Amino acid sequence: MSEISPSANQADNDAGREFLTFTLGAEEYGIDILKVQEIRGYDAVTHIANTPEFIKGVINLRGVIVPIVDLRIKFNLGTAEYNPFTVVIILNVAGRVIGIVVDGVSDVTILGPEQIKPPPEMASTLDTRYLQGLGAKDDRMIILVDIESLLMSPDLELIDA
Amino acid sequence: MTVDMSQFYEVFFEEAAEHLASMESLLLKLDINAPDPDELNAVFRAAHSIKGGSGTFGFTDMTGVTHILENLLDKIRKGELALRQEMIDVFLEAGDVLKGQLDAHRSGGAGVDETTVAHVCAVLAQLASEDTAPVAAPPPSVTPRQGRTRFHLAFKRVAKAKLENLLRELAGNGDLKVQEESGNENLSIMLDTSLSETDLLEMIQYVVSLKQVVLATGEIDPTEFAREAFGFFEGNPGAPEEAPVAEEGDGFGLFISPAELKSQQEADDGFGLFDDAPGMEQIKQVAAAAPSKPLAAAPGKTPMPTATNAEGSSIRVSVEKVDQLINLVGELVITQAMLAQTTANVDPALYEVLLNSVSQLERNTRDLQESVMSIRMMPISFVFSRFPRVVRDVATKLGKQVELRTIGEGTELDKGLIEKIADPLTHLVRNSLDHGIETPEKRIAAGKDPKGTLTLRASHQGGNIVIEVSDDGGGLSRERILAKAKEKDIPVSDSITDQEVWLLIFAPGFSTAEVVTDVSGRGVGMDVVKRNIEGMGGRVELDSKTGVGTTVTIRLPLTLAILDGMSVAVGDEIFIIPLNYIIESLQPAERDVKTVASEGRVVNVRGEYLPLMALHSLFNIKPKTRDPSKGILVVIESDGAKAALLVDELVGQHQVVIKSLETNFRKVRGISAATIMGDGKVALILDMAALVRMARG
Repeated sequence: MSEISPSANQADNDAGREFLTFTLGAEEYGIDILKVQEIRGYDAVTHIANTPEFIKGVINLRGVIVPIVDLRIKFNLGTAEYNPFTVVIILNVAGRVIGIVVDGVSDVTILGPEQIKPPPEMASTLDTRYLQGLGAKDDRMIILVDIESLLMSPDLELIDA
Repeated sequence: MTVDMSQFYEVFFEEAAEHLASMESLLLKLDINAPDPDELNAVFRAAHSIKGGSGTFGFTDMTGVTHILENLLDKIRKGELALRQEMIDVFLEAGDVLKGQLDAHRSGGAGVDETTVAHVCAVLAQLASEDTAPVAAPPPSVTPRQGRTRFHLAFKRVAKAKLENLLRELAGNGDLKVQEESGNENLSIMLDTSLSETDLLEMIQYVVSLKQVVLATGEIDPTEFAREAFGFFEGNPGAPEEAPVAEEGDGFGLFISPAELKSQQEADDGFGLFDDAPGMEQIKQVAAAAPSKPLAAAPGKTPMPTATNAEGSSIRVSVEKVDQLINLVGELVITQAMLAQTTANVDPALYEVLLNSVSQLERNTRDLQESVMSIRMMPISFVFSRFPRVVRDVATKLGKQVELRTIGEGTELDKGLIEKIADPLTHLVRNSLDHGIETPEKRIAAGKDPKGTLTLRASHQGGNIVIEVSDDGGGLSRERILAKAKEKDIPVSDSITDQEVWLLIFAPGFSTAEVVTDVSGRGVGMDVVKRNIEGMGGRVELDSKTGVGTTVTIRLPLTLAILDGMSVAVGDEIFIIPLNYIIESLQPAERDVKTVASEGRVVNVRGEYLPLMALHSLFNIKPKTRDPSKGILVVIESDGAKAALLVDELVGQHQVVIKSLETNFRKVRGISAATIMGDGKVALILDMAALVRMARG
């Protein structure tokens, strides 16, 4: 899976691409850094009735109403605890601003094409459609997620069907 | 010096549309027997502005029509022709043609049918040529090429390189003929163009000082013109700079050779258009016989500057910019409220100055918000002004006599609503004319004035604007609507109230054409009207009395950006109920709450049993109380049905800025939008109509 997404910067492609890595439970995930708007703490979420449990609600991000999704609940990863270290990554995907709750942000990692392995065919709660590949760096394995198509998928109920 | 004109097109389109609209409304207001000169002048100015603008942008078809229109108008306003009904008719027709042409330019679509244009032009020209009174002022004439003027220009001592650009520019605006070059630096040209004299001079002014230009219009022998023009320069070495300017004093600094007195006279009509049109000879004779007037006194030149001055008090700003401003002010209000909340806890003795500043800030932000909101507000006359024409046309077509009355045209509402309300209102007005008001014979038979009255009334009621369309026609027939409903398999009982019967005509597909003869067609499209208005957050009511008339009442929020709401608490959550749905709030006694079939609860409010909906169960929230007698019931009305909503407590009344949930999220059942409260938290605004539906099942 050397061709990743059309939005990948061509210049970066040779030297590798930058991913923001974060942890969900024991697993490490990576998303395209260009989709990330900002990182903030978790607070003051207004719950919305009759929505799935993983949609935590909406927050006021400087006057913009932003929905917050807890991927830990959606993918059954670890325990969904909310403490001062809980992090919300605000993403800019498909012209929308959406926040995802994660256990913690690790770092920004550069992965070269040779470090990105194709995802294995297997059944998991996270459909392999939304995987861009598995990144291998030292002894870490970073699950690279196509966050845009994941968040826009009907499963997440973030957009009007 | 190629200027890209297309960037200004949009401005022209908007202005021209406004001019056309004002022209139409003025024409409809004109008293045929005693037209007000000011109004005639205003009509003329509107036409003239359109002509000038369309000429500048090269929309020659519009220039052509306005030019002929202007000729006739000019004669009327100068009192040379008496105003007649047929003139008004043809003016209105010409307005329609122009509107069509404007739309065509705007959307790039096909233009107006050529024959229509030709017909209107012919009628206008014919009316204009009728019994021209032999008065002193030289009447304007028609050029063979519509809207084109022949200008003669002589440039004196201008570097050729400098002129080349100008000539190219001029050639792009018409047919240019460079007549001769006398010597090195003198040049005379002949230009057939649709540009007005003012526009032309403005163009030239970019390149050449007007002191170096001689301009004349009309059919003059070019050679003679050039000779005389340059002779003029030469005959007055050094002098032309001051002398002619003083002579003309028209502010443009142009001067016309005194030798060209003939053309000056001809230019006197202010448009400087003439040519060998039919009857031109006679006109020329008249002109020659007339005492020459100084050019400075030419009244025709003034309309453009006057119009500009009048518009000087307003500026044109795009709606996006205003909306952005409104959003920013909304943020400011929220920030201010957060600040106020934070400072509420500090020691007033220690932080007196801070607290004073904060309260000052509060006043300022409130004022700022009000002024910013008022930018988007426009008087409803923008919509009402189109109806005199609609009424006139439809009534004439139907052979009915209808008088239109408009009340409260100054009532202001949001620009967005103005645009959206126009179509539903037009539909209602046409319906009233078509099916409400009877023919004169029927009216006389019913003992009424043969002339029917259609009233449009706008007013503010609380946070709403109320628009009524009422007629004194035949009214609706209860029996026929009920019969039709049964035929359409709409479940009705004979005992329903009149109000509910009238609401049936808003049902989709309730086309009543053959059956409900008195009101035939009243159902056509009424469901669309209702849907549109509800889409704007408004409501429609209908009241009718057989034989007396029908009134349709539209209630709309003043603006789409801000909402008056009551904040209520359920558990830890705060919700906003739009204030216009709330009738009252009460705490019921235990004995007033009953169950129906052991699950549905109803509450007795002064003898009326209302269904009771608990917000906590609709939204799965853990409330502070499930007992209605310990919480608060908010009685709401939606779609004509009342219900009681159980909440824990009322928090307060606010004006909230509406934020769409759908920008970054999606529609949520029972929620219409979100807003940000003083503490920076998001509160959800309840969609009462959807909640009532949710509660019903």
